[in-house]
Amino acid sequence: MTIPAISAPRRARKHRAPQRPLTRQQFLRQLVLIALAVVMFYPLAWMLGASFRSDSAISDPGIWPGSQFTTSGYTEGWQGISGVGFGRFILNSFLVAALCVVANVVACAITAYAFARIDFRLRRLWFALMLGTLMLPHHVILIPQYLLFRHLGWINTYLPFVVPKLLATDAFFVFLLVQFFRAIPRELDEAARLDGCGHFGIFFRIILPLAKPALATAAIFTFIYSWNDFFTPLIYLNDPKLFTVPLALRSFIDTTSNSAFGALFAMSALSLLPVLGVFIAFQRLLVDGIATTGIRG
Amino acid sequence: MVLTTARPPDASIPRTRPAARRRTAWRENISGYVFLSPWLLGFVTIVAGPILVSLYLSFTRYSVLRSPKWTGLDNYRRMLTQDPTFWSALEVTLTYLVLSVPVVQVFALFLASMLNRGVRGSTVYRAIFYLPSLIGGSVAIAILWRYLFEGDGLLNNALGAIGISTQQSWIGSPDTALGTLIVLNVWQFGASMIIYLAGLRQVPAELYESAAIDGAGAFRRFRSITLPLLSPVIFFNVLMNVVTAFQAFNTAYIVSNGTGGPADSTLFYTLYLYQRGFVDFDMGYASALGWGLLVLVAASAAGLFALSRRLVFYGDQR
Repeated sequence: MTIPAISAPRRARKHRAPQRPLTRQQFLRQLVLIALAVVMFYPLAWMLGASFRSDSAISDPGIWPGSQFTTSGYTEGWQGISGVGFGRFILNSFLVAALCVVANVVACAITAYAFARIDFRLRRLWFALMLGTLMLPHHVILIPQYLLFRHLGWINTYLPFVVPKLLATDAFFVFLLVQFFRAIPRELDEAARLDGCGHFGIFFRIILPLAKPALATAAIFTFIYSWNDFFTPLIYLNDPKLFTVPLALRSFIDTTSNSAFGALFAMSALSLLPVLGVFIAFQRLLVDGIATTGIRG
Repeated sequence: MVLTTARPPDASIPRTRPAARRRTAWRENISGYVFLSPWLLGFVTIVAGPILVSLYLSFTRYSVLRSPKWTGLDNYRRMLTQDPTFWSALEVTLTYLVLSVPVVQVFALFLASMLNRGVRGSTVYRAIFYLPSLIGGSVAIAILWRYLFEGDGLLNNALGAIGISTQQSWIGSPDTALGTLIVLNVWQFGASMIIYLAGLRQVPAELYESAAIDGAGAFRRFRSITLPLLSPVIFFNVLMNVVTAFQAFNTAYIVSNGTGGPADSTLFYTLYLYQRGFVDFDMGYASALGWGLLVLVAASAAGLFALSRRLVFYGDQR
């Protein structure tokens, strides 16, 4: 299965040249789509607007801050919590995300190569078990995992984030890469083998270079998941100096009085920016990736 | 690569002597397990092992400080017969699942078929509708949601602006709090929509054309062509949505400040498990809850697979 090119079907293009005026039905359709897009995005736009507004004007349902414009929410929020600045949380989040991306992509690519290209004993059994873990609720392994990591002294370190990635336990990404590797013609392997390549050679010189789009997709999704991850820091981190952004935001709620929404919204809006940036830059890879494997957003 | 024995290139083709074949098979086995080793190590130590350990712990009383004490089926008995919170958490999760999964499918399928017909700007709409799926689980959105549905929150203020005045806190009332979380899940229909869109692209256009010639209306075409041909995709989406919905946690935690309130109305199963395990440090009971969840997810998946054998259409094979 190759990654389907997701673009408007050609037959539709042929029938409707863009210059022709909209028919009544098309007009209605556009109206429905625009209305829905506006309703869905109003809260986001509003939060962005409110983050630039003074606290007294926060209840205004309008988006544009107008005369109430202030950046005090940002300067106030940037102070952070318990004496740790918000910049530190952002750096922590980036560090964790970068480590997770590298670990996950490397480990999942190696695993996927074994499943896609090597004919070893019990492969089908392992593959079935790997697919089974796709549906495994995380909470059933949570407590023993916590006890193990605690026993190893990994509380207040980033090891509980990175080590599971290094061991390719995120089956979704293994599955994504297996699908992609299988679509690479085997003739290329054969040719490389005749030239004296073993599995390492084929993996590094044939598969990896050809699988760049899939590896990039895996990297981007790993980044987004890791950036949004709230549960892992909630369980494994309690030193504010190590907090990642989601956990810092949670602590912000506790320390923020009900009137200081400006700072809370400002930092929330700020925390969405990296994901938004990645989304805008790599929209196509994300959409193709989800269309082939059904990775959840 | 230098040390390979010199061999005429064509000798590799009729290499059917059993000893040689065994040697390559052996080599494949070694390479296979070398490549598989990181995953295999992870699978044994932090996936399969923990599943068994949590099964063991579920039969014990364990508060981390003292070593686990075997109590047999006590935890399960307590769960099923003496713990009304367990039942209420289960009910909250099931309500959330049963109400939000179908609505997500309807939204996703409706918009996918709308965008599939070559609407102008369809790539832009696709991107716009997909974005919430990427950020919907984040703490920032949970914070927004909390403010959106508060008594003096955005929704009531917006309603006030168009003349409907209410001070009801949607988050603060046990009747509506879960509803706001269902809305949040529906808001993230975009990921499912993309999967449906990819599925729709595989449906041959000729089918629609010949059906239209036979006089089938839009609804009939949807029911007789789109639904059966898309049924494997629908099944996949429903299955993954159900599995994810069972594990919903973040938003409920943020919106209720970790309490699952008001009146346990947002106390999801996973949130209850977290409270028992990591607030009360009742690890044995939390493990029993974890196994309960595993059984629930497995039973739902098995049920869906059984249902799919009757309802899902897999092309020509039958």
